[in-house]
Amino acid sequence: MLQTRELACERGGRRLFSALNVALDAGGLLRVRGANGSGKTTLLRCLAGLTRPGAGSVHWHGDDIAALGDAYRSDLLFLGHSPAVKDELTVAENLDFSCRLSGTEISAAQLDRALDALGIAKLAGRPAGYLSQGQRRRAALARLALPGPAKLWLLDEPLAALDDEAIGRVRSLCAAHLAAGGLLVLTSHQEVEIAAPNLESVALGG
Amino acid sequence: MRLDLFRFAAPQAFFPLAGRMIPWFSALAAALALAGLYVAFFVAPTDHQQGEAYRIIFIHVPAAWMSMFLYVVMACWAAAGIALNTRLSGMMSSALAPTGAIFTFITLWSGALWGKPTWGTYWVWDARLTSELVLLFLYLGFIALKGAIPDPVRADRAGAILALVGVVNVPIIYFSVQWWNTLHQGASVSLTRAPSMAATMLLGMLLMALAAWMYSIAATLARLRNIILERERDAQWVLLQRTAA
Amino acid sequence: MSGFSAILLRDLRVALRRKGDALNVLVFFVVVSSLFPLGVGPEPNQLRAMAAGVVWIAALLAAVLSLPRLFAADYADGTLEQMLVGPQPLVVVVLAKSAAHWLLTGLPLALAAPVIGLQYDLPAGAQGVLLASLLIGTPVLSLLGAAGAALTLGVRGGGALLGLLVLPLFVPVLVFGAGAVGASLTGIDPSAHLSLLGAFLAVSSLVGPWAACAALRVALD
Repeated sequence: MLQTRELACERGGRRLFSALNVALDAGGLLRVRGANGSGKTTLLRCLAGLTRPGAGSVHWHGDDIAALGDAYRSDLLFLGHSPAVKDELTVAENLDFSCRLSGTEISAAQLDRALDALGIAKLAGRPAGYLSQGQRRRAALARLALPGPAKLWLLDEPLAALDDEAIGRVRSLCAAHLAAGGLLVLTSHQEVEIAAPNLESVALGG
Repeated sequence: MRLDLFRFAAPQAFFPLAGRMIPWFSALAAALALAGLYVAFFVAPTDHQQGEAYRIIFIHVPAAWMSMFLYVVMACWAAAGIALNTRLSGMMSSALAPTGAIFTFITLWSGALWGKPTWGTYWVWDARLTSELVLLFLYLGFIALKGAIPDPVRADRAGAILALVGVVNVPIIYFSVQWWNTLHQGASVSLTRAPSMAATMLLGMLLMALAAWMYSIAATLARLRNIILERERDAQWVLLQRTAA
Repeated sequence: MSGFSAILLRDLRVALRRKGDALNVLVFFVVVSSLFPLGVGPEPNQLRAMAAGVVWIAALLAAVLSLPRLFAADYADGTLEQMLVGPQPLVVVVLAKSAAHWLLTGLPLALAAPVIGLQYDLPAGAQGVLLASLLIGTPVLSLLGAAGAALTLGVRGGGALLGLLVLPLFVPVLVFGAGAVGASLTGIDPSAHLSLLGAFLAVSSLVGPWAACAALRVALD
């Protein structure tokens, strides 16, 4: 359902990857491996449609994502390097905004449950600026615990800055997503054990 | 024919072509300039109102035409770059900008030199000079933006957007400055009220304008070659060029 | 349209919690306007003739001062990226942020202008025209300014560079806006100026957001 055809990209004059052909189906987990600077984030951003590839294309259900535009993005959940939370808003307000931005309305109860799934329910009313790095990450990842239309998850180093307990929670959320027929692409330079019906792997920086 | 042209869209192919074209355009520019200056100084009659000083019009008006024309050309290349996603388009608009800015500067300077003996002041806030001043700011903004962004691809794309915004706004700006000028009467001090055109004057200006155009092409192509060498410096063919030289 | 209101309300909420930023711009506007008489002398007739130009230029400078922040904070904490990968059309995002910018900058300036007008002894009729011109013209500053802010996003020398890029584009606003007040001071009907200003607003609402969207995609590539 997600497919790259001859995908190539360069950054700062350096060729990161070329002629990349990957395919991922429902329940599939694609792990992108590679050292720092090998192009993992760039690949993920190409898949999200943020970065224009140097050559090749990305296809969702057979259609080029460049042509699909907003229609593709309603199936997409992308979490990048920075936990996209505003310091001036509370954790709950940040999560609520993320939902509205993706066009879904959620109730306060669902919001609380999502925060609880990441173990930060008691931080709901705290402005994000007062949180630690790890707590911020959890606040950003709480989106994974929300009901939503996104079938494709693109996660950039989702387990970075998390303690073991949080890592466990995120892993089970990902496994649940895959079991429900979702797709997941994540970058990581560590081993990541997530139960997946299909597991694919791409190593960059050869 | 169409396929043939697209071959030159690659900087590597265009580089030698540009090199061959430069001497021709330079020669044309020199010849036309000589002809134009001859007409300007020896053929065109003395103006009964302004005397000999008016002859600066043969530099002032062609420079003004070129400054506006080059901005539009720059915007066209920018549009081509966005539509066709070719590297050469961005390089071309980078090459054009300084020449356009120089012509704007010449327009302003020649306007000042015209103003002093004719009206007694070096600067008058007439519609054309004020519009040229704003056009100079637009050129400088374009050059500054391109210079401030280190990644050349991003710089090209940002510059292209700015050039297109500029080209849409330039007519509006010109109109508003014209409006402003007619409001605030002082329009007696106006360089746009040029002496009525004798046929020879028009010929002189056309020759100078063509000379300026040929010069622009030659200068732009020369600058473009430098930009190509700089941007493609890691490419094989550039390294071969340098070792051959 | 829920995305539009969500982004608009969020921006307002964030700005109100930071308090300082929007207020600084307003104070800057008042300070700059008050400096001109100190520079040119207190002669009432001269000041009255200058008033519209001074207020408008102070408004332009205040806008340029506030524009870099339009996208910078969201860019830095990653929320701008989220807006680009969301299903909302990017133009909705840009319009919402421009609207928030206007509500926080342009509108307060317009409402504060009559106070400056009093300092410059503008008659009541001219005050009204000044207010109208600012209400129509300041949205242009937000719309075209958003394009400038997007083009200079993350670029060094941002603030001054942004000024260099957008101030020439603001020339029509200045001419028509200040010209409207000048016309009313000499007894001429200012509606022609205000209509032209309105027309330019219409053009800017197409050009500005298009350019801002294109520039944001380039900046986040």
